[in-house]
Amino acid sequence: MGKRGAVGLEIMTELRLGLPGAVKPSSNKRVFSEISTTEEKGSTEEPKAPAKNQVVGWPPVCSYRQRNSFNKEKVDRAEAGAGSKAYVKVSMDGALYLRKIDLSMQKGYSDLAFSLEKLFGCHGIGEALNGGEGAEYKLIYEDKDGDWMLVGDVPWEMFMESCRRLRIMKRSEAKDFAILQTRDFLKGTLKDDN
Amino acid sequence: MDPSKSRDSAESTRVIQFPNDVLERILSLIDSHRDRNAVSLVSKAWYNAERWTRRHVFIGNCYAVSPQIVARRFPNIRSVMLKGKPRFSDFNLVPPNWGADVHGWLAVFADQYPQLEELRLKRMTVTDESLKFLARKFHNFRVLSLLSCDGFSTDGLEAIATDCRHLTELDIQENGIDDISGNWLSCFPENFTSLEVLNFASLSSDVNFDALERLVSQCKSLKILKVNKSITLEQLQRLLVRAPQLTELGTGSFLQELTAHQYEELERAFIGCKYLDALSGLWEATTLYLPVLYPACTNLTFLNLSYAALQSEELAKLVAHCPRLQRLWVLDTVEDVGLEAVASSCPLLEELRVFPADPYDQDINRGVTESGFLAVSLGCRKLHYVLYFCRQMTNAAVARIVQNCPGFTHFRLCIMKPGQPDYLTNEPMDEGFGAVVKTCTNLRRLGVSGLLTDLTFEYIGRYAKNLETLSVAFAGGSDLGMKSILVGCPKLRKLEIRDCPFGNEALLSGLEKYESMRSLWMSACKVTLHGCKTLATQRPRLNVEVMKDEEIDDGQSYKVYVYRTVAGPRTDAPSFVQTLCS
Repeated sequence: MGKRGAVGLEIMTELRLGLPGAVKPSSNKRVFSEISTTEEKGSTEEPKAPAKNQVVGWPPVCSYRQRNSFNKEKVDRAEAGAGSKAYVKVSMDGALYLRKIDLSMQKGYSDLAFSLEKLFGCHGIGEALNGGEGAEYKLIYEDKDGDWMLVGDVPWEMFMESCRRLRIMKRSEAKDFAILQTRDFLKGTLKDDN
Repeated sequence: MDPSKSRDSAESTRVIQFPNDVLERILSLIDSHRDRNAVSLVSKAWYNAERWTRRHVFIGNCYAVSPQIVARRFPNIRSVMLKGKPRFSDFNLVPPNWGADVHGWLAVFADQYPQLEELRLKRMTVTDESLKFLARKFHNFRVLSLLSCDGFSTDGLEAIATDCRHLTELDIQENGIDDISGNWLSCFPENFTSLEVLNFASLSSDVNFDALERLVSQCKSLKILKVNKSITLEQLQRLLVRAPQLTELGTGSFLQELTAHQYEELERAFIGCKYLDALSGLWEATTLYLPVLYPACTNLTFLNLSYAALQSEELAKLVAHCPRLQRLWVLDTVEDVGLEAVASSCPLLEELRVFPADPYDQDINRGVTESGFLAVSLGCRKLHYVLYFCRQMTNAAVARIVQNCPGFTHFRLCIMKPGQPDYLTNEPMDEGFGAVVKTCTNLRRLGVSGLLTDLTFEYIGRYAKNLETLSVAFAGGSDLGMKSILVGCPKLRKLEIRDCPFGNEALLSGLEKYESMRSLWMSACKVTLHGCKTLATQRPRLNVEVMKDEEIDDGQSYKVYVYRTVAGPRTDAPSFVQTLCS
């Protein structure tokens, strides 16, 4: 069967219809297990069915609560987060000091924009992300390779993994802005090609 | 006062000869069914006056009596509360179609109580036909409350919304039903104004928001509103501005991408909720939006966070704004640190329930421990009701907890791994629970867990003189354990036991007791059919029902349900339930 991990990853990216970030982790798992029936069941993700040694009706949590408990995603996130929270530094042009934000607690780009707006008490970061021409700000990030990238190009999860720090640039930083505007233009061109 | 005997008897004769209408007038002021039961035993005249004036009847076991008997005794009932299945049905220990169908009751009520206004059901089976029947037959119907019921769908709710013109309360909680669509909410007539309580938090389908908004605007007496997950924050804001008079609120989903403006509007809406004393819902609540609640928390007495997986810090920040909190339900994601924050912020706390976020994962070691419980007992001296799911506990901690809070009335401790000892000393949890029953003289309800020998039950029998309900699982060493309970606890009413080594001798030691109890449940124990038959023979006024225990392979294990009844063996028992007759 070859490299299980590689095959699995391939399958996951092939079947995705939208951005990976938009697909719930649980549905990914379902797809994966449907295909890989011949794989050994050594996955760490157990299905929701009770384990073999589980006793019926124990612990005594009433069936309604069992079926409808809290957001399991959140708990998974908290599990992963405990000890490995994704805090990154955020600088804003003109601000005296930097802030830190936990990327793992954001649900997506607009959530991030909103959190940043709250953090710095400003408006307009949401517009920056939507790529408005007249936007007052630009949101960029430094990735794993040390390059400065425009926030919003890649799927959210990919962004979360590679983002090392964030910078909110103001319009007044004219030089860099021009470069970024060119990038936007290019981005737009690429879109038209598709 | 002249204490002569003749004077006393003259006085007592005078009391008995109160004119009936005066007596009835006085007795009609008594609401508690226990008081009324006592009143009815005084004399024949009082019995009659009581039965004519009773408006509300509480039936703790729907099979203990028949609807005909109830109707014959109480001609003027307007409100009924009925409880059906044994409590262990909540944990899938009772097969489906077991019974407790409300329809037989409704049929009699339609005839005898056409003016019925209120029906509250718990653990009953209710079909759509029954709901339609209810809506059709009772023209003055006002209150429907269904808790942990099954058998109906949202179609049945449509009939209620459409036809019950005077409905003031619709409370649908934690039922196992078919949620087909949210259309039922749109079935309330356009000019409907009488609703005071609306709780559809446990339904999942989307409802028509315009219909809900209109309903909320028009029902000026609406005090309790608990919406479901499909209602967004933006929608919640619109509801709140229309109903600032709410005293209890259940929010919908507490996570939505809001603009700064929408956030401010939501904040303002909560500032406007000056009368809230209970808050629940809060699905997916995160640090981002919890702060909007803070202004509304000042007078909060009940906070139900059991569907919001909060972390310790999030809880800490929230409860800092809830100084008057009396009841708190949380998930164990808040951990001990979260509970410590509760201890310092909520000195008036009386009730704490900590539910497990991940009850079935035996490998993890998260959640709350004995330190969280201990911290709360130190900070909240009025604590008297606790339901606590944890993965580790010690005898010493339990002893200290009850020393801090000797006023416990309900102590329900669930150490999640069956038969687990004190994790520090490796000893059974006997001394811990012993301390509970010795110290807490007002204890009415006890749930035990962990490794327990017969000694625990000896302690319970000897000290728990006010105990009414006891739940036991995976505990005990011999028949002696159960015997100690049955012989020792004078006020015992409900005893539910599973997976314990108690056999026929234990079962039969309760011969003198069962008629003064509501019920006994035993499953995966050591009782045999023979023992049950003996019990049935010796006590014809008990129903002794047995079901083959499908989970145990030996073919000889039974689930036993014993209850007192004046209605004889039930006529609706399914084939898998056998009522043993004398």
